[in-house]
Amino acid sequence: MVIFAKSQHDRCNPAQMPDLAACATPTADAIPGHFLRHTPPLLPEVSELEAIRHYTRLSQRNYAIDTHFYPLGSCTMKYNPRGCHAVATLPGFQGLHPLAPAAHGQGTLATLYELQEMLTAITGMAGCSLAPMAGAQGEFAGVAMIRAYHEQRGDRERREILVPSAAHGTNPATAALCGFTVREIPVDADGDVDLAALRQAVGPHTAGLMLTNPSTLGVFERRVQEIAALVHEAGGLLYYDGANLNAIVGRVRPGDMGFDAVHINLHKTFATPHGGGGPGAGPILASERLLPFLPIPLLARGEDGFRLLDAAERPHTIGRLSAFTGNVGILLRAYAYIRLVGGGGVRRIADYATLNANYLQARLRQAGFSVAYPHRRATHEFLITLREEARTLGITALDVAKRLLDYGFYAPTIYFPLLVPECMLIEPTETETREELDRFVAALVAIRQEAEQSPEKVRGAPHTTPVKRLDDTAAARKPDLVWKP
Amino acid sequence: MPFIPHTEADVRAMLATIGVTDLDALFAEIPAGLERGGADTLPSPLNEMALRRLMTERAAREGSTLCFVGAGAYAHHIPAAVWEIATRGEFYSAYTPYQAEASQGTLQTLYEYQTMIAALTGMEASNASLYDGASALGEAILMAVRAHPDGARRVLLPTTVHPRYRAVARTLTRAQGIELVELPFTAGGGHIDPQTPHAQATEAVAAVVIQHPNFFGTLEEVDALTDWAHARGALVIAVVNPATLGVLVPPGDWGEKGADIACGDGQPLGIPLAGGGPYFGFLCCKTPLLRQMPGRIVGRTTDREGKEGFVLTLQAREQHIRRARATSNICSNQGLMTIAATIHMALLGPEGLRRVGLACHANLVRLLARLATIPGVRVLFDRPRFHEAVLLLPRPVTEVVTILAREGIAAGYPLATDYPALGEALLVCTTERHGAQEIDHFAAQLHKALGV
Repeated sequence: MVIFAKSQHDRCNPAQMPDLAACATPTADAIPGHFLRHTPPLLPEVSELEAIRHYTRLSQRNYAIDTHFYPLGSCTMKYNPRGCHAVATLPGFQGLHPLAPAAHGQGTLATLYELQEMLTAITGMAGCSLAPMAGAQGEFAGVAMIRAYHEQRGDRERREILVPSAAHGTNPATAALCGFTVREIPVDADGDVDLAALRQAVGPHTAGLMLTNPSTLGVFERRVQEIAALVHEAGGLLYYDGANLNAIVGRVRPGDMGFDAVHINLHKTFATPHGGGGPGAGPILASERLLPFLPIPLLARGEDGFRLLDAAERPHTIGRLSAFTGNVGILLRAYAYIRLVGGGGVRRIADYATLNANYLQARLRQAGFSVAYPHRRATHEFLITLREEARTLGITALDVAKRLLDYGFYAPTIYFPLLVPECMLIEPTETETREELDRFVAALVAIRQEAEQSPEKVRGAPHTTPVKRLDDTAAARKPDLVWKP
Repeated sequence: MPFIPHTEADVRAMLATIGVTDLDALFAEIPAGLERGGADTLPSPLNEMALRRLMTERAAREGSTLCFVGAGAYAHHIPAAVWEIATRGEFYSAYTPYQAEASQGTLQTLYEYQTMIAALTGMEASNASLYDGASALGEAILMAVRAHPDGARRVLLPTTVHPRYRAVARTLTRAQGIELVELPFTAGGGHIDPQTPHAQATEAVAAVVIQHPNFFGTLEEVDALTDWAHARGALVIAVVNPATLGVLVPPGDWGEKGADIACGDGQPLGIPLAGGGPYFGFLCCKTPLLRQMPGRIVGRTTDREGKEGFVLTLQAREQHIRRARATSNICSNQGLMTIAATIHMALLGPEGLRRVGLACHANLVRLLARLATIPGVRVLFDRPRFHEAVLLLPRPVTEVVTILAREGIAAGYPLATDYPALGEALLVCTTERHGAQEIDHFAAQLHKALGV
């Protein structure tokens, strides 16, 4: 039941509102009548207890990392340490107005400055802006910087961005938003970018290439240095989509692979919460030649302490991405996380994420599941394909995903990348125990057995969730987006 | 190993299952010479106890005990229950609700959010949030230009719109060939004279942006501006502060037909100032524009047994389906912030929100009355205002702000950078949180700092 259906006219919470005396204004100073609202908005009128019960119960209708294994490929659903949350929400940080005098924000600014330096070191780049508020905004910043670079050189024919066919949808969408046309580059049978096709595609019209490495196919792009050389020789630049940084962090730096712009999803690699779809944070890093174009504000250390640099001091910047300083609270959490794991710990993230993925892949192969790239080493995630099961048993990856919910697991990413039919992209992360991984294998084996013996049980899944399979088609055909009495 | 649960025995057994002897073997596909670390220069690990000590010391350095800055971020009361519930692990550590059956909590809350924010703005539809108010304006402009039937790419953007919102809109629309035309404000009222847009009437206009209350806190002639835009075939994009909408006419009711798109920052609805973020942007529209809307949208539907349930819907607009032809590149939004805002709105209700608005305004009236007693301080603009006002000071604003900062007071937002023509101007703001004593204290300290 939606909260509006629990509403009773005139029920309110005086403890949460100013008293009437505080609301009184002399008539001469009152807001003129024609500006005033006459019909109150349809907001719920419920007691504080009713609201708390309602939203507490709703929260219990979610699967989350804190309650369930969440092997959602390409999303890095690792544990979000509560300690990071606790320090980021200390009252001093919470109460700081973004436009308060700089002298009032030195604790926050010092921390952000250190984070900027640490991310620069981890990626092997020349400089960093913490401004982007999510990965996709980091991508926007990176591609806008590439555009600004070519424009500044008067190189106006470079209208095309190359994107491998396995890329996240945000890559082509970002390139289009930045005014580029998009050309997709195929990948070969082993999951690497097709170099012959790339060679054909690059030229004087190439603005740049966007690449995720390891790729969304769950394998490391082995010829990344050749790719970088090809694109650079053609006068283009390289963009690194940091969605899969968790697989190599502390071992390989995007800067050493030849990338010119790099974004990081702090809500993936650096353990900040996903919050049911955000807020994230997508810091953008630049090579030497893209430094002048970084989005503002940037943090600088001066004689009187730390301060924010704006357009006056950064004349070539691509500009501002948010009204203030980006998702500061998320940045503080990421800083806290890096301090908790420390230098050596950063590399262990990649080591154990990769160990868990390869172990899970090996166990699933032993159990008879088909791995999409069996000759390749898994990175922090891997793809299986249920093509055979779909053919012989008549169940789809969607059915298996839904049935996994009944077994107490959130489902892996399904039907992405589109290249592999009936696929599941599985990313266990480093924070799961071996026992949890074993339970997941057992669940998949049991589901396959069910599919053989009583397939309707799988096709009809889920059975134990708060609702059964939902009608997406009806939802899109006749959108019901706001409740009406 | 922090947050890595593996025992030595686990590692041995797992490596054996994989068929390798050590962890390095798992990285054998990485070309030789590429592995150069990168984390070696980072500091050694801290435990949570030491981290807490470090961060407590830093948080204690933040100096504002009394804040009269507004300018797009506002210090309102937030009921304790809001974040108690919003940070429950089930909300905090879930992701975008792709598997709807396992995400009904987030989905239903977002549906309720859409209903509440649409009701507040008087619009017919809402998405499930964008990054912040400024980027929401950028998306609203892109959306209006996509939707305009004649393909017009000219958008009127008054200088009474938040300067940083205008800056972000420029960044986000630059590559799309959209012309953003700034409109000046009146010297006396600090608002857009409804006659002003006529000067721009020679060419087709896709949209007119109206911020109300505007950046100076002044109320705009929204009805006349809206009707003018519609008569010219332009869409109206309203930029509003949701905390004012318990009191002020919502954008959906402006003029004859109402604004077409309403956007803004949701921070005043239960989100702490937190140094600038995370906040969230909201974006609402009339039904005909729905399929041009960017971002996640939640819809109500039924399950196979006819029971009510909620799903992400109209996904054919989005990047993961449409790729280069999507309405936006947005993927993550500000989910947790909208969950908090939903709980906040449910706790305040229509009466709570109305009283918050009235008390904000009443406090501004009190503050301005008190400041009128200080020689040389002048209140700029003679129009009705909500909870912000521009002061002209008889001494350089930067000096005054620095002096008051030493007293723990964040005095306001200096306008010299964005509006040099206004002189020594300071934008101040009150909310329902300011008591009479705090207003007196601020006025007294300002008086002292001015040395008059």
